[in-house]
Amino acid sequence: MELSGAKILIESLKQEGVEYVFGVNGGAAMPIFDALYDHPDVKLIMMRHEQGASHAADGYARATGEVGVTLATSGPGATNLVTGIATAFMDSIPMVAITGQVYTHLMGNDAFQECDVIGVTRPVCKHSYLIKSGDEVADVIAEAFHIASTGRPGPVVVDFAKDAQIHESLFRYPEKVNIRSYKPKVEGHPRQIAKAVELIHNAERPILYAGGGVTLANASEELRELAIKTGIPITVTLMGLGAFPETHPLAMEMPGMHGSCCANYAFTDSDLVVAIGARFDDRVTGDLTKFAPNAKKIHIDIDASCIGKNVPVDVPIVGDAKRVLAEMNKLVHRVDIEPWMRQINEWKEQYPFEYNQKGDNIMPQYVIEQIYDLYSDAIVVGDVGQHQMWAAQYFKFTEPRQWLNSGGLGTMGFSLPAAIGAQLGCPDKTVVNINGDGSYIMTIQELVPAITMKLPLKIFIINNMYLGMVRQWQELFHQKRYAGVDYHDNPDFAQLADAFGATGIRVERIEDVRPALEKAKGIDDGPVVIDFIVDEEENVFPMVPAGAGLGDVIRGLA
Amino acid sequence: MFRRRGFNISSLAVGNSEIPNLSRMTFVVEGDSRTVEQVTKHLHKLIDVIRVSDISDDNAVARELALMRIHTTSQTRSDVMQIVDLFRANVIDVANDSLIVEVVGDEEKVDALQNLLAPYGVMEVMRTGIVAMTRGMNANGGGSGRNGGSSRRPTFNESGSV
Repeated sequence: MELSGAKILIESLKQEGVEYVFGVNGGAAMPIFDALYDHPDVKLIMMRHEQGASHAADGYARATGEVGVTLATSGPGATNLVTGIATAFMDSIPMVAITGQVYTHLMGNDAFQECDVIGVTRPVCKHSYLIKSGDEVADVIAEAFHIASTGRPGPVVVDFAKDAQIHESLFRYPEKVNIRSYKPKVEGHPRQIAKAVELIHNAERPILYAGGGVTLANASEELRELAIKTGIPITVTLMGLGAFPETHPLAMEMPGMHGSCCANYAFTDSDLVVAIGARFDDRVTGDLTKFAPNAKKIHIDIDASCIGKNVPVDVPIVGDAKRVLAEMNKLVHRVDIEPWMRQINEWKEQYPFEYNQKGDNIMPQYVIEQIYDLYSDAIVVGDVGQHQMWAAQYFKFTEPRQWLNSGGLGTMGFSLPAAIGAQLGCPDKTVVNINGDGSYIMTIQELVPAITMKLPLKIFIINNMYLGMVRQWQELFHQKRYAGVDYHDNPDFAQLADAFGATGIRVERIEDVRPALEKAKGIDDGPVVIDFIVDEEENVFPMVPAGAGLGDVIRGLA
Repeated sequence: MFRRRGFNISSLAVGNSEIPNLSRMTFVVEGDSRTVEQVTKHLHKLIDVIRVSDISDDNAVARELALMRIHTTSQTRSDVMQIVDLFRANVIDVANDSLIVEVVGDEEKVDALQNLLAPYGVMEVMRTGIVAMTRGMNANGGGSGRNGGSSRRPTFNESGSV
């Protein structure tokens, strides 16, 4: 049967099991939207800004593990997707971004709404394709999904010229994808694994260091088995939170710039670091010359270029975390590290996350604690800034894909649209969005589709009337020169939510915090927005300032 | 990829290979072994790249071609041509006040010729960049290698065209 390129695209998406396409319409993409209009299986989720559409596809992918799909028109539609594509790229999220493109004969001509999307996105995507003919579509989509979801996952851009969308050809979906130049390595080398196991058995002060890669590999079970079998304490990064339950006695909580003192001291004093699906990012390591100075390093990662990039590694293992850990688990046994565990537990007890109550002000950490108490098994989508760090510190995650946030790029405005994607992907779960006043207003327009679809999102704004994290740095390092951070002119977010058609609640007193959260639990006909007016100048501690080593962490409280 | 990660390229040459739809690219990258390891790994990540070989330390032959326009007068022309002959290079164009020299050789040879001709006036130089290939095995169990003493290291790369 002969189908237009646009119809072939949608049928190809159906072959890949796609349920939702998050997009915004426009001239160069009209045939595609038309093909979606009455399609029985693939549903268009109409967002209000292409950035929102890309974050929604991203949130869907993070929550479900499936490839997220976003769709925009040419020119400004495509450029508005770039932030979302870059966000997915930095966190290795499987995503396919489809953009309409002008007619092939107009390309390169400075045509209306034309943009060199392939050129613009080259540094921020895993791979990209330009479709100039309808008969290329099925093969390109099959390859794009394969590349996006295998090896180290990442966003793939598909630029689709308008004449190719109209051009009719025979639809035949390829049964298998075989790209000669792309064969990711999944099995770890058995000799390397054996070497690693030997180091583990002989270590006296080992730690496990797990990152977002464990969740991407769906290797949380294998990670748990490794930690519990060996009895080695474990720290999980911001991107991996939930891969190992934070309530477990072996858990040291998040390391790094705003991580726990225990995890940071453990790195500094360890003699063996087993890194799994983590990339020794600068937020975690602090000053590299002072990082884990006495420790040998084992690094398990699917991306060879991450190994040895920042930190010299003694036993590199290139492979999929799930497979490698499964092999390792067959070989490991309990390690006798009694004195080390005593030290770890001492640190945990001496230096928990803590804060001071300031008069009658609502403390942001208190709000997070109450959210945790009432919504402990919800999916939590955080945005970027101080509230993100407090959420990571005070909410104890126990399941993978429970905590979603933009860690690598740190994109403000990510969370509200991502929460929409997460809710659609996990309709039976409660989705909580912990947002900040600065981040919320960047993508606030996406409240509209959330309301239209009656998604029961719980949107909690930690409102300190400032661009909080920047203000903190200005207070600590720039003599309180509060340049460009004053958000006291924020609108009343509760009233604004009402105007949109959601339920808005403003909370200004401590005694109203918990009742408001409880009330939100009962609202299921649409999103509820709670604006928590919190202490304005509370800072995130502990903190490892830029350029300092992990051992020099500032604990912050008097 | 090179610009973003801050790798320094000394030269780059690309062209068809003996296999249809397959190009070979040769990069000369400045840096220590850690840099070269990172370059190799990042090149591997590009979807269109089939194979990357670091031949910095291997026995390899490396050649580049250069065209040089040299200023000549009727007095200096024969001197210039003598130097060109000594290098087994060719004069491929002659004009009243200049001539064009074509030379093929490794980097040191081309540099040496350019230096020797400098006093006469080097007006223009076009260099193709190095292409390299590992030597085949001979009866002694190895080719005679050239010793890369400088920090420049050739990296060899094959890529399929899209």
